[in-house]
Amino acid sequence: MNRFAWLLDRLAYEPRRNGKLALIADYLRTTPDPDRGYALAAMTGGLVFQNAKPGLIRALIAERTDPVLFALSYDYVGDLSETVALMWPAANANPSPSWGGAGVGGERPGERSSGGAPPTSLSSPQGGGEAPLSVSVASGHNRAPLTLPDVVAGLQKSGKTEMPRLIASWLDALDETGRWALLKLITGSLRIGVSARLAKTAAASLGGIAPDEVEQVWHGLEPPYTALFAWLEGSGARPEATDPAPFRPVMLSHAIEDGDFDKLDAGEFAAEWKWDGIRVQAVAGTRPDGSRVVRLYSRTGEEIGGAFPDLTEALTQDGALDGELLVMRDGVVQSFNTLQQRLNRKQVTPKMLAEFPAHIRAYDLLAEGDDDLRAHPYTERRDRLEAFLGRLDSARFDLSPCIPFASWEELTEARADPASAGAGADAEAVEGCMLKRLDSPYLPGRPKGYWYKWKRDARLVDCVLMYAQRGHGKRSSFYSDYTFGVWRVGEEGADELVPVGKAYFGFTDEELIEIDRYVRKNTLNRFGPVREVTHTASSGLVFEVAFEGLQRSTRHKSGIAMRFPRISRIRWDKPPGEADRIEALEALLPAGG
Amino acid sequence: MKPSDLLTPTPAGLYCPPADIYIDPVRPVARALITHGHSDHARAGHGAVLATRETLAIMALRYGEAFTSSQQAAAPGETVRIGAVDVRFVPAGHVLGSAQVVVEHKGLRIVVSGDYKRERDPTCAPFEPITCDVFITEATFGLPVFRHPPAHAETAKLLDSVRLFPERTHIVGAYSLGKAQRLMALIREAGYERPIYIHGAVEKITEFYRVEGIPLGEIRKVEPGERKAEGRKAFAGEIVICPPSAIQDLWSRRFPDPVTAFASGWMRVRARARQKGVELPLIISDHADWDDLQATIREVGAGEIWITHGEAEALAHWCGTVGLKGTPLHLVGYGDEGEAEPDAKPAEEASA
Repeated sequence: MNRFAWLLDRLAYEPRRNGKLALIADYLRTTPDPDRGYALAAMTGGLVFQNAKPGLIRALIAERTDPVLFALSYDYVGDLSETVALMWPAANANPSPSWGGAGVGGERPGERSSGGAPPTSLSSPQGGGEAPLSVSVASGHNRAPLTLPDVVAGLQKSGKTEMPRLIASWLDALDETGRWALLKLITGSLRIGVSARLAKTAAASLGGIAPDEVEQVWHGLEPPYTALFAWLEGSGARPEATDPAPFRPVMLSHAIEDGDFDKLDAGEFAAEWKWDGIRVQAVAGTRPDGSRVVRLYSRTGEEIGGAFPDLTEALTQDGALDGELLVMRDGVVQSFNTLQQRLNRKQVTPKMLAEFPAHIRAYDLLAEGDDDLRAHPYTERRDRLEAFLGRLDSARFDLSPCIPFASWEELTEARADPASAGAGADAEAVEGCMLKRLDSPYLPGRPKGYWYKWKRDARLVDCVLMYAQRGHGKRSSFYSDYTFGVWRVGEEGADELVPVGKAYFGFTDEELIEIDRYVRKNTLNRFGPVREVTHTASSGLVFEVAFEGLQRSTRHKSGIAMRFPRISRIRWDKPPGEADRIEALEALLPAGG
Repeated sequence: MKPSDLLTPTPAGLYCPPADIYIDPVRPVARALITHGHSDHARAGHGAVLATRETLAIMALRYGEAFTSSQQAAAPGETVRIGAVDVRFVPAGHVLGSAQVVVEHKGLRIVVSGDYKRERDPTCAPFEPITCDVFITEATFGLPVFRHPPAHAETAKLLDSVRLFPERTHIVGAYSLGKAQRLMALIREAGYERPIYIHGAVEKITEFYRVEGIPLGEIRKVEPGERKAEGRKAFAGEIVICPPSAIQDLWSRRFPDPVTAFASGWMRVRARARQKGVELPLIISDHADWDDLQATIREVGAGEIWITHGEAEALAHWCGTVGLKGTPLHLVGYGDEGEAEPDAKPAEEASA
């Protein structure tokens, strides 16, 4: 547990991506199985503990601290795990009639021993795995030889009634960093700036292979990934991708810019409507024993199938579809707002299934049966997709049609009036066009030159929430004024967010409550009534902001002022790293304006 | 007499009507008592200043000899009568020269503790608890999440890192009055004998500490030319102490592959460290932590606790749970230097 805690602690303080990669790779290289596998599982979201949830942590700390002081502390620190780790009373402190720590009868000020102190988190870890909590400075707290596999096993196997006591005993035995790491493990959101992808990239580096190769075998693996490490280190065979329905990293597009059309040949591209839904991957496969597996993934590979039984039941053919999740009523695509009412639900009622029937409008086929189609050109995949959907013959799935066009001028006209260019009654749900090179393979990430998105003129831009300010009147207790930014290349060459506007309407009261909760949970800093909210490439909240126009401005850091910005959608599903860049806005500036 | 007749919060600071004096006023006044040299407590432009000899010297170093029209040194523990009020300066353990001010009149005793800490500090006299009726305390770290680990353990963390990365320069942000010198002394106590390098903004105060007889070992200022080209390599494996604002400056990036450290009680909270891009947080504070605030309040035996700045609500709430009357004073203007504000910029850095 110590080594794992040490790793998380170092990662939390390491700002550089390469630094994080090096730390994780070094840990994986020097830590034995099964410890390293569980650490990898923790970083990739692969550990779920049925009976250990954040609510239990809150209950444990509530028994031990004054509620007012806990609330003030939580509000100050802004992170449940860290607040509890810091406030957890020392197990060997004298029982004190007061809340929170040693009274006068305890240690004398100025003479505290090192025994009650957290150890040095930066002292280097001992080689060769989980040495029984060993760090040089403190010996008082970390006395239990608690290993990561022990902890994982305990969290997985213990029942509801014994869990609180087990966790409390661990928290008593660990130092602050250990407590923090344990609580992060339990609450499931590490928030240390490490994505699943980054952790897999670090694992891949052990074998000197591309991260996508790890992705390909990933979904057949279970923690602690012993076979994976054996393969990476050359002592074992490549693990069979035994998962018959794995996630395949999605292919993303670039925003098209005005000048691009001069360089692109209309004859080399196909065009499709860009649907205003949620990008998903629907995958079905059959195990050797004949049983079928159907999964629905978000664009980042998160499994969301549980909330969409209507879709998973309907996917009766084996294959991997890339498409847009929509709500369809009477054959017509409904607005994004309607779709949102089906999203983020853990359980769906029959009523909801009937009122918000889910649908996938497919635009790509990544695999058919056991056949990986991703290296094949777009046109061929498209033909196979059409045939696949024909065989599937389900009203839940249809083909995203192509827009016929012979020149960019024709496409421009079609885009200006989707209703009469083939989208018909669904035109309301069109948010622009997608351009796809006819010969493009399906490549993970955002490769250059293959796919372009050409959003409709409604002037929408995906921004990242940076600051939130308390509102007034009926919103006085809510953070309701939002400052948001887009990405640009900073002075150091690294990407940074630059604020481009501020908006305080466009969302419902229910959404406001959700955003407010998000702001409070993800506060980095407070400046009077203003809170700075987490905004990194991997963690933060994306708003789709609608606006009427742009002007150059010397008063704003970004050099741009937005006219009438409002929140048009809250993109809970979108990673901040995929929000728009300043170039996308600059391209919209009136020439010479 | 009511305590508020003896001392009362005003926009200029704590005012004592029967003596017509202010304590740590934030605006120019005729007569001021100054607890210590940090710029939010010690400001220039008062008519007359009464403070410890060290605090007067620090003010003169920072603001020039003309920082006040007249000055008087207070000897520690010695009572001075001002009007009908007895005033005494007692060590506060915060930085060199720091003192609590004990104000006594008609049998009522109020202690203005200024900023203070209880942990051992090799560079200044330790805090002396004085029994009183009203104890006026800060609450910079007045939340139960703030429990400072022993400073020597944090110092070991720094030296471990220096051993681990002998090719990198360790840039340590530390407030230029007090923290920087305490850190030097701690590093020496840990047995580190190499020269410690400093930013120009830390030089004057460090020299003063040395003249006052505090052993800091060999301290070298980083000369502007040294950081260029061939000079850079010389800093591999060395420790450089600079004001907090310099750790994110271009200044620090000129060193070879620097490890960014920051010595502050704020480093207890991860988000704070990450915001500043600190890789090696050192939880070393010159303020009392949560446990020491409580222990001190109990020790001085006061029934009434006035809280000047910091997390006043939380500490006042705790006072209530143990039967004491805790009152936040909401004094404005404190926490502009040192740890009272995480993003503080000491006055002299502007010119450094």
